[in-house]
Amino acid sequence: MELRKSYFADVRKDGLNEIGQPRPRLDSPGHVTGKTAYFADRNFPGMLHLKMVRSPHHHARIRTIDTSEAEKHPGVVKILTAKDVPHNVYTILILIQIGPEDETVLADGKVRWKGEAVVAVLAETERAAQEAGAKVKVDYEVLPAVFDMEEALKPGAPLVNEYHGQNYYLYDSGECRKVRFGDVEAGFAQADHILEQSYQSSPIEHAPTETTGCVVAPEGNDRFTCYTNTQAMFFTLDNTSIILQMPGSKLHFVGGTVGGGFGGKVDVIVEPIAILGAKLTGRPVCFIYSREEEMQISSPRAAEKVVIKDGVMNDGRIVARKVTGYTDAGAYSRHSPYGAQKGAAHYPGPYTIPNVWIDTYCVYTNRTPSSAMRGFGVTIGDFALEVQMDKLARLIGMDPLEFRFINAYRDGDMKAHRQPTEGAALIECMQEASRAANWPVAEKFMAMSSYKKGA
Amino acid sequence: MAIRRGRGVAAINYPTGMNLGGDPTQALVHSTPTGNFMVTLSSVDLGQGMKQIMAQICAETIGVPTDRVIIDTADTDTGPHCMGTFASRGTHRAGNAVIQAAKEARQVMLEVAAEELEVNASDLETDGQGNILVKGAPQKSISIFDVALSAHFKRGRSISGRGMFLIPRSYPEKETGAMKPSTCYAHACTVAEVEVDDETGEVTVLTVKNVFEIGRALNPKMVEQQLVGGSWMGISHALYETTEPYYPNRDHGGTDFNQYLMPGPGDLAETEIIVLERPSADGPFGAKGPGEMCANPQIPAVANAVFDAVGVRIDTLPITPERILRALKVQAAS
Repeated sequence: MELRKSYFADVRKDGLNEIGQPRPRLDSPGHVTGKTAYFADRNFPGMLHLKMVRSPHHHARIRTIDTSEAEKHPGVVKILTAKDVPHNVYTILILIQIGPEDETVLADGKVRWKGEAVVAVLAETERAAQEAGAKVKVDYEVLPAVFDMEEALKPGAPLVNEYHGQNYYLYDSGECRKVRFGDVEAGFAQADHILEQSYQSSPIEHAPTETTGCVVAPEGNDRFTCYTNTQAMFFTLDNTSIILQMPGSKLHFVGGTVGGGFGGKVDVIVEPIAILGAKLTGRPVCFIYSREEEMQISSPRAAEKVVIKDGVMNDGRIVARKVTGYTDAGAYSRHSPYGAQKGAAHYPGPYTIPNVWIDTYCVYTNRTPSSAMRGFGVTIGDFALEVQMDKLARLIGMDPLEFRFINAYRDGDMKAHRQPTEGAALIECMQEASRAANWPVAEKFMAMSSYKKGA
Repeated sequence: MAIRRGRGVAAINYPTGMNLGGDPTQALVHSTPTGNFMVTLSSVDLGQGMKQIMAQICAETIGVPTDRVIIDTADTDTGPHCMGTFASRGTHRAGNAVIQAAKEARQVMLEVAAEELEVNASDLETDGQGNILVKGAPQKSISIFDVALSAHFKRGRSISGRGMFLIPRSYPEKETGAMKPSTCYAHACTVAEVEVDDETGEVTVLTVKNVFEIGRALNPKMVEQQLVGGSWMGISHALYETTEPYYPNRDHGGTDFNQYLMPGPGDLAETEIIVLERPSADGPFGAKGPGEMCANPQIPAVANAVFDAVGVRIDTLPITPERILRALKVQAAS
């Protein structure tokens, strides 16, 4: 890695004592010698193991649940179903007023994705919990499922989630988050060329070294200590407090040393049910995802579809951009309404375009619920935008890098969401990339600056 | 049939912190009786090195070496609220809270030192090595060790401070989408060079040259580890990963690292990282959040390089050999 100190030297104060210094990490020796303690290093006498019985169907009505055989299995201490969870229907972003509550801790009457938690088994050993889980009998009536966002949005599609009432998230702005800037149709009318293209992505896994989990210990004073690898301590505590209808003062969360998150540990899944198990049994409980659960049960990055329509001039200026983004939330909201909205704020990318129209949808399907992942709302948008930029450049016979200089945002430029650009540095990144990759561009582009003259 | 070479470019920006703000973080700082400094937080270190960066930020602000700072984080009984570690917000939000808390503690420290040295607090400065000196007369000095002892046992002062950072929440206007999503943005431009085997569809990423503008590299070595890791993750996202390899059939998703396709060490490109620093107006020492954005530009850069190599567009991720071969077949037929 090289620091190119020549850029922006006039606005930067170098020469500090600790900041800017490559100090060795104080936690590294512990990590590389195996001495760092993670949540799963906690082990308590009498600790129970929690395993989930999960839906084998993508969409089904639950007729009956029979746990009688499972309860007789040696080592089983407690079996939990929906009726045991004080506030079973929840949604995590209710903490920032993004409702409605749309997800069950344990399925109640219906499952909406393959892998959904239905019954929790608490047993003396992991094996006993697993074996007893196999003896839980759930009678399902399989329902038609939908796995494609466009299919889900068609009239007559199976309704995925009754708490929404339709297969998309309803924003205060309607069926999508909107950004309107300038007159996009006038921009298209004026353009020398129009290019409309569609981009898609698949869900992917966070693949952290340490899988999601927690260990809960009931304390003598009616409190519960939860050792967890959540990415957000109070966010998890406050959601747990709602789900268990338990005052936050009864909950003590300890964490902060995590073997990789990437957004995969900001859902609140393992802690509430493990604490409930500890409360109802009076014993410590651990609930730790297997690698299979981490890869196929925990939320992936959302599948997305992005449709971009651009109007471009022969001289390289983009004069209109219309983006329609679709985020596949799967069966439940989790963080996806936030992610889709973040996309609306991100488009049309780091370019100054006078006429912009953005619609971003959060769509429900019977796929595994997606949620936060490194860059969500933006990552797939950037894939779509930057491939589109390449296509546009080639369409008008221009060098792809030079084409970006022509449209790059600079300080003071008004963005589509009506904030003036501040602190831009796209031009300087491209200038340095031009040098580093030996990809020459015209001198006038190398002489540009993100600072505007007189600014 | 041949190995064909191509290169592609992508340029991006990325917001720091939770979209639309409204995501507070608090910090507390106090001195031990012998002049070490404890930072209390509830922020989470995901392995990226949050604890180290908070220690360096506190040390710089107080004026002591980093090894005099201890980070106590992520215990909800002791640490004040933090929204969490996500949205590239940790360094920016918690860092600002730590600076505010450390400034308040530093002020008390300087006031106690001023009493001991019988000067005005405004005439004092720290040397970064654990001493407080009179400006212009460095022979007149006192160690922070002695100042902390005096504050605690003699002067009855608590060398401590409270820090809070909140960007007020923005609510998008319904019809126009007018809003304030973020206060600062990181930037990147990536050039990727690939080889594509037009017989097998296999892509080899040869080089990835990344230029990142991240506000301020608070610890350059840690910046490097995050940016290199992110760049690898971007390649993985572009070419390999999916939890549903046979979608719309949802069976046979990977359940372990043998089945879930990711690049191994031999599949990773020669990676170059260049960092520019345009300090953000509201970041701790100008820092922005590069955590998420560093994995983004490689994806379109690789996609564009594949087109440059073989002339087909793969607009669906991941860009698998199967998709490339199918597109080449269509191309040959037309």
